[in-house]
Order: sequence, then structure tokens, then C-alpha cells
Amino acid sequence: MSAEATVSTGVRVRTQRRPVIRIGSLALSLNAIVIFGFLYLPILILILFSFNNTRSVAQFTGFSTEWYTKLFSNEELQAAAGNSLVIALVSTIVSTVIGTMTALALDRFRFRLSGFLEANLYLPIVIPEIVMGIALLLFFNQALFPILESVIGARPTQGVPTVAIAHIAFNIPFVYVIVRARLADFDHRLEEAAQDLGADEWTTFKRVTLPLLMPGILGGGLMAFTLSLDDYLITAFTRGNINTMPTYIYSLVRKGVTPEINALSTVLLGLSMGLVLLSLAAQRKR
Amino acid sequence: MKKQWLFAVVIVAMIVSACQTAAPTQAPTTEPGGEVVSERCGDKSQLAKEITLYNWVEYIDPALKEQFEAECGVKVIETNYDSNETLLAQLQAGAGTYDIIVPSDYMVSIMISEGLLEPLDFNVITNIKNIGAFHVNQPFDPEQKYTVPYFWGASGLAVDTNVIASPEESWKIVFEPSPEVCGKISMLDDARETVGAALMYLGYSINDTDPAHLEEAKALLIKQAECVKAYDSQTNDDLIITGETAIGHLWTGDWTLASNPDTGGREGIAYVIPKEGCTIFQDNMAVPVSAPNKYTAMVFINYLADPEIAAQNAEFVGYPSPNAAAREFIDPEILANESIYPPDDVMQRLQFIEDVGDALELYDRIWTEFKAAIGG
Amino acid sequence: MAPITTRIAEGFRRSRNARLFGLLSPGAFWLLVFFTVPLLFMLLISFVEKGRAGGVKVPLQVTAESYLQFFNACSSEFSGPDCNPLLYINIFANSARIALIVTALCLALGYPLAYFISRQSVRSRNILLLLVMIPFWTNFLVRTYALKQVLAESGLFNTFLLDLRLVNQPLELLFNETGVLLGLVYGYLPFAVLPLYASIEKFDFSLMEAAADLGANNRRAFWRIMLPMTLPGVVAALVLVFVPVVGAFVTPDIMSGGKVEMIGTLIARQFGSSRNWPFGSAMSFIMMLLVLVGVVYYLRSGSKEERAL
Repeated sequence: MSAEATVSTGVRVRTQRRPVIRIGSLALSLNAIVIFGFLYLPILILILFSFNNTRSVAQFTGFSTEWYTKLFSNEELQAAAGNSLVIALVSTIVSTVIGTMTALALDRFRFRLSGFLEANLYLPIVIPEIVMGIALLLFFNQALFPILESVIGARPTQGVPTVAIAHIAFNIPFVYVIVRARLADFDHRLEEAAQDLGADEWTTFKRVTLPLLMPGILGGGLMAFTLSLDDYLITAFTRGNINTMPTYIYSLVRKGVTPEINALSTVLLGLSMGLVLLSLAAQRKR
Repeated sequence: MKKQWLFAVVIVAMIVSACQTAAPTQAPTTEPGGEVVSERCGDKSQLAKEITLYNWVEYIDPALKEQFEAECGVKVIETNYDSNETLLAQLQAGAGTYDIIVPSDYMVSIMISEGLLEPLDFNVITNIKNIGAFHVNQPFDPEQKYTVPYFWGASGLAVDTNVIASPEESWKIVFEPSPEVCGKISMLDDARETVGAALMYLGYSINDTDPAHLEEAKALLIKQAECVKAYDSQTNDDLIITGETAIGHLWTGDWTLASNPDTGGREGIAYVIPKEGCTIFQDNMAVPVSAPNKYTAMVFINYLADPEIAAQNAEFVGYPSPNAAAREFIDPEILANESIYPPDDVMQRLQFIEDVGDALELYDRIWTEFKAAIGG
Repeated sequence: MAPITTRIAEGFRRSRNARLFGLLSPGAFWLLVFFTVPLLFMLLISFVEKGRAGGVKVPLQVTAESYLQFFNACSSEFSGPDCNPLLYINIFANSARIALIVTALCLALGYPLAYFISRQSVRSRNILLLLVMIPFWTNFLVRTYALKQVLAESGLFNTFLLDLRLVNQPLELLFNETGVLLGLVYGYLPFAVLPLYASIEKFDFSLMEAAADLGANNRRAFWRIMLPMTLPGVVAALVLVFVPVVGAFVTPDIMSGGKVEMIGTLIARQFGSSRNWPFGSAMSFIMMLLVLVGVVYYLRSGSKEERAL
């Protein structure tokens, strides 16, 4: 994506070239294959057991699609999945924007409290999720809601909005860290060059800085999306009566993970793969 | 999406038709105006449109929620928790508006002392009379003012009879395991349950707070650890089903599922209630003081304590029911199964876990020391 | 629309502070309200006495006993005769050790993978990245249980090894520390790959060529040129893996069968069946402080080195 960053004068800045050095490229490929194998083997098992003809996820006894039919009539699970997606999308977009802005600010400006603020930004990553979950539970119910109640007259309850707020809060630092790493050896001369050539701040940002930052921003966004989809603990304490997928699944573990969950996971996987293929097709158009 | 619409239409049709026909298992009384009133719904004019049930997972037959809605016009919204402490934290934080909760024994006594439970109106919950004598007036709710027993169970030992043909009814089989069993034992991952098991084996009470006794129990557990494969409360049933363990410290309901091939289990797994003593737990329906729809909640509780309803529920959930009147409607084979419904002499061996107050810190430290000693 | 944004842009250009404020305020606000304030709640809780039923004793009674208890496990009234005062500190040290191993493994595996991905064509790169993340869009719990099945004694991996006669007995990969390590690496590898990739991707490989031309061998070129220039990514990966892993408890619980006690398990239990919120909060704050100090110190020294380049 950043293979060619073209500054407006047309000077091509090369940032990528195939290295001549063969750092055991066979070893590298092997490493990649082993890792992807490690990552996907349990996934394949997951898919396999979604077609199991008994309730067990430990022993495969025969083929059946009953879990998929059960899945499509399980409204609770669908509602939970829907909530998960909405929360993930909202929190990803908001936290990516905020995280990037914060990374830019702290990268470019040195001010007295910047060290302190930076340390503060790492806090959500450091803190155990259960502590944050309980802290938010208390905060929402003992502090925020009573205040809101006296302002608007009705006491709000926990639900999708509170979960989204919590997710944004813990996603911001992750986006920040990733974008900040990308900014760390960002070549400011490119921006200077653009401005020398007459571009104003906003255009410089839009056409030089942002494209170069994109991999970092997208990486951060990807991370945020994943974290949000998968979060259990913080969600468990801030969700009130609604369910997200992790909370629904976690609660089922008590009675045993059924292949219905595997079926859902397989469906999600299929959708994600579909997304990948779509983006592949979209890129080909360019 | 289309399927959901279809489903919704079917449900609406069912409800509409249910309002016009008799409830299947009970002859309705017809008011002079021609309206059908089910006796199981209490005073319909006072019923709310919906109630929120905060419950353990898969601890109520979903069909019953629909039946209640069909019969009485009240929608039951269910949300779940995974531990008594989560339930307590939610209630204390003032979060959520739950109408019915299902705390376990020791949590009931805590909630009563914290003033979190509403005294029940037994003019509404007349079915309290159906509950067996053993299960009422227990120490955690001595005057039976706040709760109605829901389900109960024991924490016994599931034994693979292919490995041990006729297991001794004692904790000895896990604390002094034979060589073929060593390395294939699972114990519950809970301080009170597992330290309690050690205490009972040593002849003490499960609620003992004497530090010396607890140190003894800890030493026993550390010694046992090399023969224990896992401390697991969630997948311990899978472990014994696949044969990775030969003896599992399991709750009754988990064993019921694990020993039944129809529910993903397998034959040949017996359930043993040790003679030195065994934990009994009892989950109870209660109404929090912060419940918005108390009357409707009590009507639903009464509904669930109806003998036929309770029997239907028991069949789904798999745990023994404290409802004596429901026995008429429970499958005789299940009733005869002494692992689910033990005879009286075995029932005497069962001990409730009671709140030990500040000494809980002692249990936590013992458990932490134990875990630190065996792992790492 | 253009005139308005130009005017705002003008305003921003003139006032450096306004720009800074504009960029920072959403993040600062969000974190302040929805994070720092709740944390202060917890800090308060760590300094009061616990309630009998969980939560805190009302009226609030200030005490530092929770903190004392962490540093000296024998300070409580319930200590036995051969009590080890370092009980909790040892558990923390053990968690840190495990976290370090996991981090090292993630870096060792993730760096070559990120490098491999960045060498591919533009289109393949994005797909590969997505492929790294996709397993993590299935549910974490389900995934971990699936991993557990693969590693079980009778699971695929052992069956594979046995069939190929690579081992005589099934490997014990579960219910011990190895299981915990495997589970944690499995769970946190993408946390390492993403930031590493972000850094490696912008690395100018022609520098490596230049080094080769000047006579450096592969290893030297890597350690003296590539690694230092991709250090920000390495540091980010280190932080993003080490920090959450120290406090992890779901994965260790599942993979170790409750046999490996980490600080996360201990803290979670205080908010659960042990009903000792003040102690749980105190341990959380101690853990946070220690890790934070360590990380910031490491970051500072890392960036100093970087600036020297």
C-alpha cells in the first residue's frame, strides 16, 4: 500500500525493494507455514465438529447439519451476534480516529505533561480486565446514571451503549501504540517538502501524512475490531441485560460448549473469508 | 431474515389461538363474560407485560417461558450469570432491573443479611406446599420467608466403571487413589468444594474454620495433586466422557448429562456420594427488593412450583427437583435412580456450604498456598 | 463547505495550542471520564475494609491492610505457623516469568512472519495480514477449547506424532505450564505481528543491500541495521504482548486445568468466590504500577537509543 508514496512533485520515494540477501528464505516460508498451520489447525477442528451429529465437541461420531439449523432458529444467539457486530464497528471507528489523533498529538508536540499523559495511555493495556469491568460497573451505576437521571429525568440502564463506551476506552491505547510505532520514524522531511512546494497543512496531511500512516491506522483498527469482538470480561460487567457473543458463549460453557457455537464460528469465519475475497476483488479493480 | 418473520408469525398465531382455546393440561374456568382465566396466572389485572429472569444458564426449560406467555400473557426475558458472586455484584451495584433471581444457598443468607431480598407473599405462592420437607427451613432461610427452592444437587464423584467396576462410596478413591486411577482424577476448581472434600474425608465439617484443620486439608490436597489431572468445574464432564479422567468431582446435573449417550455422554459412568459427607447445594428463586414487577414475579414463581410444570422443568434441566408433588409426574426411572434422588440415609450425609464470614480469607489463603505449591 | 474548513484550518495553523488541544481532547476526555475516574473508584476501594458480602464495609473504614497483605502474606490474622510471607510476590514473579517467555516466543515467531509478509506483493500482504487476524474473529473461548482438543493426549497433534513414530508416548502438552505457554502464544501472536509489520513494512531494504556491499554478512546486517530501525515495532509488540499476558487468567485456567496459578487468577478470585474486593483492587494497582514503571522505563531507554542512531 505504501510501496510508492508519491509526493506532489512526482519524485518517487522508494520504500520497498526485494532484498538480495537470502536470509534463508526457505526457512522464512517454512516459519510462515508452521505458524499459519498452528493458527488454523484448531479452527479446522472447530469447523469439523460443527458438523458433528451429537452434542459432543470432543468426539466426532458422524456428519449432520443439525447445528446449523438450530443456529438459524436460535434468536438469542443471533441477537448476541448482532450486538457484538454493532459494538465492534462503532468502537473500532471511534477509537481508531481518537487513537490516531492522540498519537499525532503526542508525536509532534512536546509539552510538560506529555510524559504523564503517555503513561496514562498505557494504563488500559496494563490494567486487568476484571478491574476495569468492575470499576466501570460501579462508575456507571453509582456515579454516571444518577447524574444523568437528575439531568434528563430518566435513569439510563446498561446495555449496548455502555459496552460500546467501555470498548472505545480500552481500544484507544491499542490504536495509539500501533500508530505511534508507525510515526516513530516517520520522515518529516516529506511533509516539509510538500509545504515548501505550497501545500497547506490540511492538504499535506491528507495527501502525504495520512497515506503513509495508513498501514498503522489500519493495523490499529484491525486490532481494535478484534479486541472488541472477542472481549468477555469488561463486557460482562457493563452489559446489563443484553448479550454479546462472548458473554453468551461463556455462559454456555457451564453446560458444555455445543457444536452450535462451532457452527456460528464457522459462519463467522466464512463471512470474514468472504470479506477478504471482496477486498481482493476491489483491489483488482484499482 | 425471512425465517425469523415466519417464526414470529407462527408464535403470534399460537398465542392468539392459545387465548381462545383451553390451556392443555388444566381445565380453565370460564368467567360470565366468556373470558378464559387460567388459575395458574393469579390475578390477571395485576400482571405486568413482561418480567426479567436473571438465571443460571440452561436452568429453565425454554418451552415453559413460552407456555407462561401463552397462558398468562406475560413475556419472560431471561438473562444469565455464571456465578453467585456476579449476581451479587450486579445487585449491589444497583445494575439491572431483575424481577427474579436464583441464588444458591449460602448466597441467600448473605443477601438476606444485606437486605437485598423481598419477603415473599405466600398467599400468591401457594405452591410452596409442594416443596419437600427436607428442602425448606434450611439454615440459610430458616423461616422460609424469602425463597422458594428451585433445584438442588450434590457434588459427588463420577466414576468410570470400566476402570473401577464397583467403586467404594468414599473419598478414599480420590485421596488414596489406586495406581490405575492416579493421573486420571479431576477435582472441582473451587476452594470451598475441594478443600471441603478434604475436610470431610478427614472427618471435619465442610464449614470448619479451625486453621489447624485447614492446614491438614491443604497438606492432603498437595499430596493428592500429583494424581490429579485437572482442577476443573467447566469441562470436567468432557474429561470423563473422553476417558481422560476415570474419576471426576462433578455436580449431579453434569453427571446426568455425561452418563447419557443421548446428551453426548456415554454409558458406564456411575455416581458416588461418599459416606464421609458430600456437598449439597440448593438453588432458590427469590425476588430482589429492587424488582419492578414483584407481583408478576411471584406469580411466575408459583407457576414454576406447580407439580406438572416443575416435573417438565426437571426433565430439561437434569437436576433433582425439591418439589415433592412433582414426583407424580417425573419419569419413574429417573426417580428410582439413586444417584439423582438418593435415599434418606444418603441424604443425611449431605452438608450445605454455609457462609463462614471473615474466615473466607483463610480459605482463600489456603487455596492460594495450595495452588502455588503445586504449580508454577 | 470548503471555506469553513479552510477557516478552521487557518485558526489551527495560527494557534499551536488550539491544534494540540483539538487533537488531544477527544482521547483525553474519553480516557479521563471512562477510565481514570472508574479507576479512582477502585483505588478508593483498595484502601477500605472489605464487606462481609463482597464489596466494601459501609460505613467506609480506611485501612492499608490489603497492601500490607500483598507484601507480607503472613500479616493477616489467619496465617499459619509455616506461612511464607512472599506467597503473593512469588505468584507475581512467576506470572512475570511466564509473560516474558510468551513475549519472547511471540517476538521470535512474529518477527520472521512479519518480515515474510512484508516481502510479498501489495495485494498478498493485506490478505496475509487478514489471514493472521481472522482466527481471532471466532470466539476466544471456543478457539482455546479447540486448541485444547488439538493438544490433548488423544488429540490430533499427538496422534500425528505417534503415527510418524516421532515420539513413543503422547506428549503432555496440557495441564501444565507448557499448555499455558502454548495457549498464551496462540492467543497473543497477532498482537505482536501487527505492530511488527507496521514497522518492518516501512523499512528500506536497500540499506541491507548497501551493508552487504560494504562487506557485512547477513547476521551483522540484521542486528546492526534492520533490527534497530524496526525497534519501535518491536517495542510496541513487546508492550502489547507482555502487559496483557501478565494479567491473563482465562487462558491459563483453561490450558493448565487450574494447576498454574497466575496473578490474574488470584485477582479474579478476589472479585469472585473469595469476595475480597479491596485485596483484589490493591493487587491490581500494585501490578499496574510495577508493569507501567517497567514499560515506561524500557520505552524511554529504547527511544534514547533510537535517537542516537
